[in-house]
Amino acid sequence: MKLHEYQSKQIFSRYNIPIPKGHVAATATEARQIAEELGGRVVVKSQVLVGGRGKAGGVRVAKSPKEAEEVATQILGMEIKGLPVRKVLVDEAANIDHEIYLGITNDRAARRPVLMASSAGGVEIEEVARTTPEKIIKVHIDPLLGSRDYIARDVALGIDLPREYWKQFSDICRGLWRAYQDCDATLAEINPLVITKERTLVALDGKMLLDDNALFRHADLAEMRDVDEEAPTETEARKYGLSFIKLDGQIGCMVNGAGLAMTTMDIVKLFGGEPANFLDIGGGAGADKVAAAMRIILSDPNVKAILFNVFGGITRCDEVARGILTALAEVKPKIPMVARLVGTNAEEGRRLLADARMITANTLVDAAKKVVAAAKA
Amino acid sequence: MSILVNKDTRLLVQGITGNEGLFHTHQMLAYGTKVVAGVTPGKGGEWVLDDKVPVFDSCRAAVEATGANTSVIFVPARGASDAMFEAADANIPFTVCITEGIPVQDMMRVREYLDQKKVRLLGPNCPGLLTPQEAKVGIIPGDIAIPGNIGVVSRSGTLTYEVLYALKEHKMGASTCVGIGGDPINGTNFIDCLGMFEDDPQTEKVVLIGEIGGTDEEKAAQFIMKSMSKPVVAFIAGQTAPPGKRMGHAGAIIEGGAGTAADKVKALEAAGVRVAKHPEQIPELLQ
Repeated sequence: MKLHEYQSKQIFSRYNIPIPKGHVAATATEARQIAEELGGRVVVKSQVLVGGRGKAGGVRVAKSPKEAEEVATQILGMEIKGLPVRKVLVDEAANIDHEIYLGITNDRAARRPVLMASSAGGVEIEEVARTTPEKIIKVHIDPLLGSRDYIARDVALGIDLPREYWKQFSDICRGLWRAYQDCDATLAEINPLVITKERTLVALDGKMLLDDNALFRHADLAEMRDVDEEAPTETEARKYGLSFIKLDGQIGCMVNGAGLAMTTMDIVKLFGGEPANFLDIGGGAGADKVAAAMRIILSDPNVKAILFNVFGGITRCDEVARGILTALAEVKPKIPMVARLVGTNAEEGRRLLADARMITANTLVDAAKKVVAAAKA
Repeated sequence: MSILVNKDTRLLVQGITGNEGLFHTHQMLAYGTKVVAGVTPGKGGEWVLDDKVPVFDSCRAAVEATGANTSVIFVPARGASDAMFEAADANIPFTVCITEGIPVQDMMRVREYLDQKKVRLLGPNCPGLLTPQEAKVGIIPGDIAIPGNIGVVSRSGTLTYEVLYALKEHKMGASTCVGIGGDPINGTNFIDCLGMFEDDPQTEKVVLIGEIGGTDEEKAAQFIMKSMSKPVVAFIAGQTAPPGKRMGHAGAIIEGGAGTAADKVKALEAAGVRVAKHPEQIPELLQ
């Protein structure tokens, strides 16, 4: 789950990481009021869950409350990479002397958290990694020990941070580590962390990604999810515990198991079709879950045919077949459907679906060929 | 022979009195696995499944009383990491965690601790493993595999069943089938299993089933090139997966352009591995 910049910075400030004064606004009038309260120059920043906001013109400086209102009007009317801007953050402008990158993320290959810093802040870290990898300092952290102040000092030395800032930098690293750990983040990033002309360190921008698997123990963070920023079908799928990703093809896929769901998409493509989605109904899926899955697939007008591929293990094929029948009675689709049921109670499942005039298939290849042909007919 | 589990496996089931735990314990017993104990804190002293399996309050007590040498975990995600620490602390040499949805920071701490204790973990978020006609530990349906000389290692669940089923249709059997799980941080990886299959006299050929995300398949390819004499056939799921999206499994995600199916296929082919275009092609490539 992604957090907005303003949400990430609010969390950072709870861990004593200095952030600029500012507030979030949903209208231009509110933006003006915030600018009046702050006084002086402000930065108006679009709050959308994509990168490249600056390049798209979604981050702009305003010299007066009136200008803040004008700028906010423009930004709130924008779309950035297809996402409409619904909120702006109005922050007091900083007097920037230098920009640093600081972040903590999970290093999958090393199986450890990694603290990363670079003196070349402000740009995307992937860009720095590509062009000047020597400018990135990485320190792996023992997950049982956590980050310690000596690690922060090592990093400060590594990025040539002047000694007068080491204390502030250590405090920020400690705060960032605690934010990362307490929130079960998969990324906690400050970019840029600026050295101001007043000789202080301030987190000008912030980004946090949270581990969806850990949200059960963070009810407060789970509430921060911005459902406006995701496809409505993905929100609906999550409600039913389904794993769904919309794609651009014409063949809807309903499968049990993530690996088999990917394989089903691949084999549809291999035989000349394009998958409309990834959908894993999970193990032991009952009729109501299957019906919800089918409604979600059919809500996509591009879908010309559906392939059901179920390998019964814990999931019982007859149970899935009943779910399909329930959904059919409810939504009455007019498109062709191919079903392949193998494993636990497959016979019973096939018998149930035969009455619904579904095309049946025995092998994966057979199923893929039949559904591709049906979609083109 | 086989790897990791066999007739000498004495299994402990953590979370035995839950729905999943009880159902699958029944299945494992029916398959012939020696399930010697269960653990559910607060239910020590009870017996389950027609008084076949005694329940203990802790792993330590269960091991002392029964000599269990392997544990399988069916505990829900919020308690699963604790269950793994507990099994390691009771010095159980091999633990299989079926549970899906464990926070990744928990897994980093678990793995670090288990490495220090020098105990092996399989999973989490995995179907477990099966040595046909000897032992079934986890949830792989027993009837879809027959004994044979093919070692199977996979990151997926149902896709593995699909492959076992295709092998069986061609009268090909498995030495052991191991599901290493779909999480980004796990216990046993491809290389561990490939090494064990290489050393196992019963195994003559190996099937590796990978998917997008991470670089474990690339590392496996290097290992195959350097250290394996037995032929390997592979399949990689996720050719059509879009970047930046988690495809059901927590670990199945293309990040920053890395972890694509194309890269993995290329690495494996460069190591002399025959890569199937779809699962039903695997038996043909093994012949």
